[in-house]
This record gives sequence, C-alpha cells and structure tokens, in this order.
Amino acid sequence: MLPEVAHARVPDSTLTATDPPLYYSDYVGTRLRAPKNPLVLLPSSLSELTGPIYGDRPLTETDADLTRQHAGEPLGQRIILTGQVLGSDGKPLRGQLVEIWQANAAGRYDHVVDNWDAPLDPNFTGGGRCLTDDDGAYRFVTVMPGAYPWGNHPNAWRPRHIHFSLFGRAFPERLVTQMYFPGDPLFPFDPIFNSIPGERARERLISTFELESTRPDWALGFRFDIVLGGRESTPLEEPHDD
Amino acid sequence: MTEVALTPSQTAGPYLTIGLIGGPLTNRLVDDSDPRALRIHGILLDGAGEPVPDGMVEIWQANAAGRYAHPVDDREGIPLEKGFTGFGRSGTQDGGRFEFVTVKPGRVPWADGRFQAPHLLVGVFARGLMKRVATRMYFPDEETANAKDPVLLGLELEERASLVARAEEGALRFDIVLQGAGETTFFAV
Repeated sequence: MLPEVAHARVPDSTLTATDPPLYYSDYVGTRLRAPKNPLVLLPSSLSELTGPIYGDRPLTETDADLTRQHAGEPLGQRIILTGQVLGSDGKPLRGQLVEIWQANAAGRYDHVVDNWDAPLDPNFTGGGRCLTDDDGAYRFVTVMPGAYPWGNHPNAWRPRHIHFSLFGRAFPERLVTQMYFPGDPLFPFDPIFNSIPGERARERLISTFELESTRPDWALGFRFDIVLGGRESTPLEEPHDD
Repeated sequence: MTEVALTPSQTAGPYLTIGLIGGPLTNRLVDDSDPRALRIHGILLDGAGEPVPDGMVEIWQANAAGRYAHPVDDREGIPLEKGFTGFGRSGTQDGGRFEFVTVKPGRVPWADGRFQAPHLLVGVFARGLMKRVATRMYFPDEETANAKDPVLLGLELEERASLVARAEEGALRFDIVLQGAGETTFFAV
C-alpha cells in the first residue's frame, strides 16, 4: 500500500460565507441529521469536474405552467416567475434543468406528510420544471404559495417560499434552495432563512417584484436570479458581513 | 468577467418528492434487462439510527468504460454510451430505502495521472440537511484498486470502511449514516 498524506478535514461552517452550517440548533431538524465529523477536503478530480447534464430529453409546456396541470385553474394569485441562471463568472448557463415545488395558495402541500388544517386544491400539485434558454433564463407560471405552520417551535410559520433545484456545470455546483417573496413579515422568525450567516446572502434568496414580468390584467411578476459555483469559487463577501 | 456572489443553499424540506421524484430523472441508469445491470440499495439513517423517510439520494458516475458523459471528459479514445447519462436519483420514502439500477463504472484518473478505483459520487438531501452532503461509494470486489485509490488512501481505516458497499444477495448494499455511530465519511467537494 502506498503511503499517503491524510486529506485535510474542515468544519463545514468554515467552507463558505454563503451557505448555512449543517448544524443549526434553532432548526430542530438538523439536530439528528447534520453530520458531526468535519468534512474531508478533496482536490477535484475528473469525477468532480464533471456532472449531470439533462440534455435534450423532452419537457412539456405544462411542466413550466403549474396553473395548467389539471382540468381547472388553481385558486390563488397568479404569478410569473422569471430569472437567470448564472455561473460564478457571471456567464449565463444555458440548457440547465430548473425544478421547483411549492405549497398551494392556502399554504398546503399536495403531499401525504402534510396534514395541517388548510385545504388542498384539486387543481394544483405544485411541481414544475423547465430548461434555461440561451440567455440562461427560465420562466414559470404558478400561484403565490401561502405561508404555513411547521411545528419547529411554538407558533412557527414558514415564510412564503418556492423550492428550487439546479445542477450547474459540475457535481460540486448542485444546489437546492428556496426563493422567498419581498417584504415577508415572517423573515425575522424563520430559522431556516436565518441559518444563512450573512444578511446580504439572505437577501439573495428574496425575489424582487418586477413590473416587466407581469402580464397586464392577469398575473404579477417576480424575478429570482441564481448563481451557481463550487467551493472553489471565491466568495465575493467576507464571512461576517453583518 | 467579474465574480458574482453565489446563491445560498436551503434545506430541501420534507416535500421534495413533489418537485423531484416521479419526473424524467429516475433511479434507473440502465434498463433492468441490461445484462450488466447492477442493483445498489441501502437505507438512509439519522443520528438515532432511525430511517430517514423524507430524503433523496443522487449518484453521478462514469460509464462502464470509465468515461463521464460530460464535455470536460474529452478522452475520445474511451467510448461514450448512447443513453447513459451517469446520473440517477432515488427517493427514500419507503422506510428510508433507496435503490439504483446501474452498471459498475470503469476507472477514471486522479489529478496526478494515477487511477481511482471504480466509484460513484453520492449526494444526499433531506429535511434537516441545510445543504447537500456528498460522499462516495466504492465496490467490495475491487480490493486491489481500492487499496491504491488516492481518496481512500488519505482516510482512516474506519472512514474507508464506511465508503465500501457490501455484496448482499446479488446486489450491493450501501447504507448512509448521516450522524453518530458509524457515520458515513462526507466530503467537501
């Protein structure tokens, strides 16, 4: 067996100024699920310099229009959700699969585990996907999700949000996150949102109302840009920016 | 181009199946009828030893010849395989269990030109995980290659052991322990 220098170990919280730490006691769900050992730091090999590519497998138009996946229209405020997916070098990422999921207008997920006292909507499932175009742009039509209680602590409510999933250009760039809506009064009380260490980083998850994205007499418009990069991307901000 | 600030991660939460499971991305990297088809399965476990029934496991791998279906892997001498993307995704909604049907990947190079033992990159998402955690799975019938693998060689013996699947009834069993006794070794990638 070849002698080998041990890989470096790093506490995950020191890796990036952007992401939340794995362990965050205010979010009860992390307590039994966050790995406790430091992470093993690996140099990138071909395995990490590559990553899944969705390619040209077909998607349908209703994949990106969550209001047209059933016989009737869902209840709630229609919204058009647009944005650009960029690399950390600012270049648009084309052909990226963007997957989303969300609660209905009443704040209820169409999911067997969600059984709080709010109505399901027979015309809303809440899942969508699309591919970015040549400018890295994506577009969904959906309804404004409701806030909902979640039992993390007494009278805990999640701010309205939509889950996003993206792949990036290589395995390390994979990102699952949540997009929020501007001015939500629940932000100060939400441990998931506040687990992100920096205020400016948190603000990057808040979409902006965009008049140009609206459709007159029909739907409001919100914009949410997404920037993907691995741990080797240089963070723009210092670790303690607030 | 100026560097732009990255978008932070947030937990996938307990309802990820609505957006991520049941769509075009599946746990079948090859058809069950492929003579090379290999079943890999396991249970995702938390720090109390309980199954995690609201998670998702993803894998990324080279094809059987050892080439990644990605433009950065431009080794033209090694064939790509039509229809083989190298990516798979499985929910853990059935009692924490996940499963893939795939082929054993070929060997791919390390940065210094040595070869790595056959392996899968593995990503795990769940409620309570603020961000994806990443690990690797190695193959139990590759003892010689595993003993020279640059990733495994830099680990303690018990860390290595947590990354090698075991043969079980014609399949490979690979449990992932998020926390505590027998914790799987996770990597910063």
